[in-house]
Parts: sequence; structure tokens; C-alpha cells
Amino acid sequence: MLTVFLLAYFLPFANLPFGGPIKEALLMLQEYAREHVLLCLVPAFFIAGGISVFVNQQAVIKYFGAKANKILAYGVASVSGTILAVCSCTVLPLFSGIYRRGAGIGPATAFLYSGPAINVLAIILTARVLGMELGVARAVGAVVFSVIIGLAMHFIFLKEERKKAENGASFAEVEDESCRPLWENGLYFASMVGILVFANWSVAAKGEGGVWDFIFRIKWVLTGLFLVSLIWMLIAWFKRDEIKEWTASTWTFAKQILPLLFIGVLVAGVLLGRPGHKGLIPSKWVAGLVGGNSLSANFFASLAGALMYFATLTEVPILQGLIGAGMGKGPALALLLAGPALSLPNMLVIRSVMGTKKTLVFIVLVVAMATGTGYFFGTFWG
Amino acid sequence: MKIEILGMGCPKCHKTMENIEAALSETGREAEVVEVKDLKSIADYGVMITPAVVVDGAVKIVGKVPSVADIKALLGWKK
Repeated sequence: MLTVFLLAYFLPFANLPFGGPIKEALLMLQEYAREHVLLCLVPAFFIAGGISVFVNQQAVIKYFGAKANKILAYGVASVSGTILAVCSCTVLPLFSGIYRRGAGIGPATAFLYSGPAINVLAIILTARVLGMELGVARAVGAVVFSVIIGLAMHFIFLKEERKKAENGASFAEVEDESCRPLWENGLYFASMVGILVFANWSVAAKGEGGVWDFIFRIKWVLTGLFLVSLIWMLIAWFKRDEIKEWTASTWTFAKQILPLLFIGVLVAGVLLGRPGHKGLIPSKWVAGLVGGNSLSANFFASLAGALMYFATLTEVPILQGLIGAGMGKGPALALLLAGPALSLPNMLVIRSVMGTKKTLVFIVLVVAMATGTGYFFGTFWG
Repeated sequence: MKIEILGMGCPKCHKTMENIEAALSETGREAEVVEVKDLKSIADYGVMITPAVVVDGAVKIVGKVPSVADIKALLGWKK
């Protein structure tokens, strides 16, 4: 895979004698390799690796117990996806556990919806490639609407929930020793986030000047400072085994996610072309279906997102291609909100956990929320 | 001895399987190693975060990939 990356980075694709979709795909891949992998994805993978190895997941899931404080359960369910959904395959077992043996359908569906949407890697890449606005809107939308959807599901199926609560099952808890104080972990993550933020600090737009521009001039100094502090922390606070586990986990994420991302980029490049260029699908079609900010454009994007399967991170290049080919910002957000949480295969598994009726209600709620949020976002920020 | 690895097929689950098989071959022991990928069975063990390791019906490790050393320590095997 390293070879593929190096090839994508260095081969002079721009000099290929032909134009067209294939060249677009290769150029888009090169752009990702050059612009996003080293400074954005690599730090992000290290952060994801750190989360999966050092964050005490058991400490989080105790908030999802049957006897836990309900308000806390919703709150934690809506944001814990950043920590718990880093490995996307654990979303379904966790959802099933919370639904059957824990706090119930409300927090379970809240987690089901927000988990895949706010996983750390996805937010970082969205903000980087599609812009801060969409990145923030995606995170905020996922968190806020997960609570709304969870509450809605809870009240729609209230009678059943009451009966289940009376039976009160509980889930397996295994003791987990964490030998590092919370503040050390906090600083460790903060230093990695610092590296990520400052290494990617972009040029100030004209007129933005002032503080932003000043930071831009010293961004490498700041990045270097955070890097040095990270290295110091690793030497002072971490055992060698832990560092090995961390780097192994990081590499596992990279191996798991990068190939699919590269494929997604190639597909987006072939079908849609880079922004400003043409792909196989005419821009007229894209603009016609999901351009502008009409309710129908948002609805169509939302529905398509719900049905389509996106491997982790692949929604980003596909959306980049779509926006470049004429998709409106509102519908783009709608797709981002409905896409990660649902897909046809995924719906079947959810159905095996909660039954057809509840699954359908969930899908309707997700599509409705995504359509509405997209429309709202498009109206004010489009 | 029956060792079950609970997980829906992601790389962490494969790594867990690798480590368990390494621990078995390094200590020369034998055990029945089974992958449990079906959500309902995983849920029936009360496991919420995968990967998880179940030994002879008892849930021993939840939510992380155990290293070869972890597995040996868990089962009381000498190196």
C-alpha cells in the first residue's frame, strides 16, 4: 500500500496525453495523496489509534445501563460515537446491547445515528476536504438530531419501552485497568490535535488578516512545538509496549481505510471529475437532481444517502465530486447526515435487532431530519 | 477448552484470532477456536463492544485486541 501511495504521489499524471474520466480519477487520487494524506490523514490515524487503545471504553458504556440517568444516556449516546465508533464494526453490537439490555431504544437509536456520522476520522477529513462549514455542520447536525431521533423513537414506542424497563436486564462488564491519569491522556490527545490543526492551518483569505494570518506565518513553529511536546510525553509517560500497541492500531486503521478511500477517490474521479472538470456523469444531471436547495433536491440526496453504502471516509471524495459537478450545499449536508448511518445492508441488520416496524420509523426519521437540516443549512449558508 | 472470538469481521477481530493462534502455537496447547460473527449470538453474551473473547462460555475480554502475552496471562499459561 505504501507503494500505491508513493506512485500516486509522484507519477506525473498531469502529463498523460489523453484527457477524460480516467485521467480525472488519477489526478484526483494524486491530489488526495499530495494534499491530504501526509498532513491530515496520518495525524488523524494516529489520533484514532490512540483513542482505540487508550480510551477506557468500558467507562463510557456504563452510561448506557438500564438504570442510568436518562438525560446523561442521551447526551453520551450522541457524542460518544467520536470515541466508540472509531472502529465502525462495533456500532451494531453496541446499538444492539444498549437496545436490548441497556438504556433502551432512545439512547440506542441516538447512538446508532450519530456514531458513524461523527467518527473522528470522518469529521477531520470532511472539514479538510469539503470545508470547515460542512465539517462543523455535519458534527453538529449528527449530535443534535441523534438526540431528537432517539427521543422520537422512545416516545413513539413508549408502551413497549415501559414494559422492557420493568424487566431490566444488564450487560457484561469487564474490569479495565487504566494506569494513566486522565489529565495525561488529555494532554497527549491535545498535542496530537494541535499538530493536526496547525499543520493544516490554511492561508488567510484576503481581508481576514490579523490573528489568522499571524498564526499562518508561524504555523510550522506551532506544529513543531506540539510535536516536541508529544515526543516528550511519549518518553515520560508511556511504556514501550503501549507505544507499540498504539502504532500497531494506527497502522491497522490505515491499512483498513486507505485502500477503500483511494478506490472511492478513483470512482468519484471517473464518474464526476474533480471540481471544475468533467467526469462520466454530465454536470447537468447532477445539478438537475441535487443542485440548488429545493426540498426535493435535499430529499433526493437524503434518500440516496440512506440507501447507498459508504465505506468509512469514502463519502468525502464522492461528495467532493458531486459538489464540483453542481450539487448544492444543502443537499450535500443532507447526504452527509443520512449516508453514514444507513445503507441497504445495514438496514437489514438493524431490522434483525429491532424489527421491521421500528426500523422503518427510524429510516423515515433519519431521511426527514437530513432533508430538513440540509434545506435549513442551504438556505443560510448555501 | 473452547475459545470464541466475538466480532462482526473487522480487522481487530482478525488480529485477535491471530494472537490467540500464536499463543496456542507458542505454548504448544490446543483449543477449539471459533469465530462468532452473528449479531444475535454476540448480543446474547451481553457483549456490547467487539472484539471480545469468551473462554468456555465465560466472557473474559471485551472491547480490545488482546496481545499474545495478554492471552497467555489470562489463561495462566507459562511462556
